[in-house]
Amino acid sequence: MPAPFDLLPWFYDPFVITVKIAIFSILFSLLMAFAAGLLRLAPSRTVRWCTRVYVEIFRGSSLLVQLFWLYFVLPYAGVRLDPLSTAVLALALNGGAYGSEIVRGAVLAVPKGQREAATALNLPPLWTYVSVIIPQAVRIMIPPFGNLAVEVLKGTALVSLITITDLVKKALQLDTTTFRTFEIFALLLLIYFVLGQVIIAVTHGVEKVANRGVDRGSVA
Amino acid sequence: MSPLTIDWHYVWFDLIPALSGVVHRTILATLIGFVGAIVIGLLLAIARRAKSRWLSVPAMCYIEFIRTTPILVQIYFLFFVLPRWGVLLDPWTTGLLAFAFHYATYTSEVFRAGLDSIPKGQFEAATSLNMKPWHVYRDIVVPQAIPPVIPALGNYFIGMFKETPLLSTITIMELMATAKDFGQQTFRYFEPITLVGIFFIVLSLIAAALIQVVEGRLGRWGR
Repeated sequence: MPAPFDLLPWFYDPFVITVKIAIFSILFSLLMAFAAGLLRLAPSRTVRWCTRVYVEIFRGSSLLVQLFWLYFVLPYAGVRLDPLSTAVLALALNGGAYGSEIVRGAVLAVPKGQREAATALNLPPLWTYVSVIIPQAVRIMIPPFGNLAVEVLKGTALVSLITITDLVKKALQLDTTTFRTFEIFALLLLIYFVLGQVIIAVTHGVEKVANRGVDRGSVA
Repeated sequence: MSPLTIDWHYVWFDLIPALSGVVHRTILATLIGFVGAIVIGLLLAIARRAKSRWLSVPAMCYIEFIRTTPILVQIYFLFFVLPRWGVLLDPWTTGLLAFAFHYATYTSEVFRAGLDSIPKGQFEAATSLNMKPWHVYRDIVVPQAIPPVIPALGNYFIGMFKETPLLSTITIMELMATAKDFGQQTFRYFEPITLVGIFFIVLSLIAAALIQVVEGRLGRWGR
């Protein structure tokens, strides 16, 4: 293979690790985002307040601090997680806090008339949410969730700092053994760029599927 | 001592003085980095809107590429690659350059939205008054485009502030690195890392409040 790409085989195992962490973190971020976003709209004030505290803590401090906190502090509390789980936990809690705002905003963006119509048809509140509000809100959420997924992917670079041999860690190791610094880091940037483009393409695909059969004239 | 009890002596007499002693570095890094991000971002936004493809296409590629790759890798890139090219910079300069060039891609999108909102007539009127493009931007367009985008810029300011702990990876002793140092010396990570988290939350709340003040001031000045 030509010059920089002969390094690619070295990146195979760490690539798998980064992709694994990214996929799990993105999925759990979505889960947390839905849980926290919907709880922020709960009728109970205590629930809303507790969720708000979670969101503010994870949006207010930085991902690296959270990662280190979980990595160094949890063992003191007797919780022993392997670095991979710690990484996914930190990324998911962080991404979920940001994502909760997306969910909350999207649910609030569904026109009021939809809720009123559901009430007029005597739908129970839970059913209104499940069958009327959320399906419409999800459509609004897809593009911002795509951006969030790219942010989570970029966040996975930090897991190299808690001893995981991901792409970044491997690049640092290769640099000390081969001294081909420029090629290694340029290739590393390129790999992340391609992964990011994959996420963007998937988001566009999902968007297309979700908007199938939507009467744009009256919704937009 | 049970692990999760807090050693208050450690907190008050070791950690808080040490962390307060370096917090100005974190703040300074954010301020300088953000000024750089604003200047470069504005230039990128203008380049991206330029009629000449030779300007707009490279600007667009740069923005897309830098935005979808992690800033940690970009920091490492500058830190490890530049010396190989004979460019010897201290870690501070390297780190701040990385932050400025990374966040410029975010601010450029914000500026672009601001510039796009300026009616075409403004450009036309300025051109018909025989103003040079540089003067059109400096005196007519930019002063109108900035105030509405202050809140969006503020979000990125806070976002950048929260990413400054990454500077610790290139040997800069800011908040995070100092806290980790204490952890390594005392084997107690709980207090230092928790404190760093609290520092960040408090400072970002203060920054958010300041941005609201700036927004109010500039909002009036813009009209």
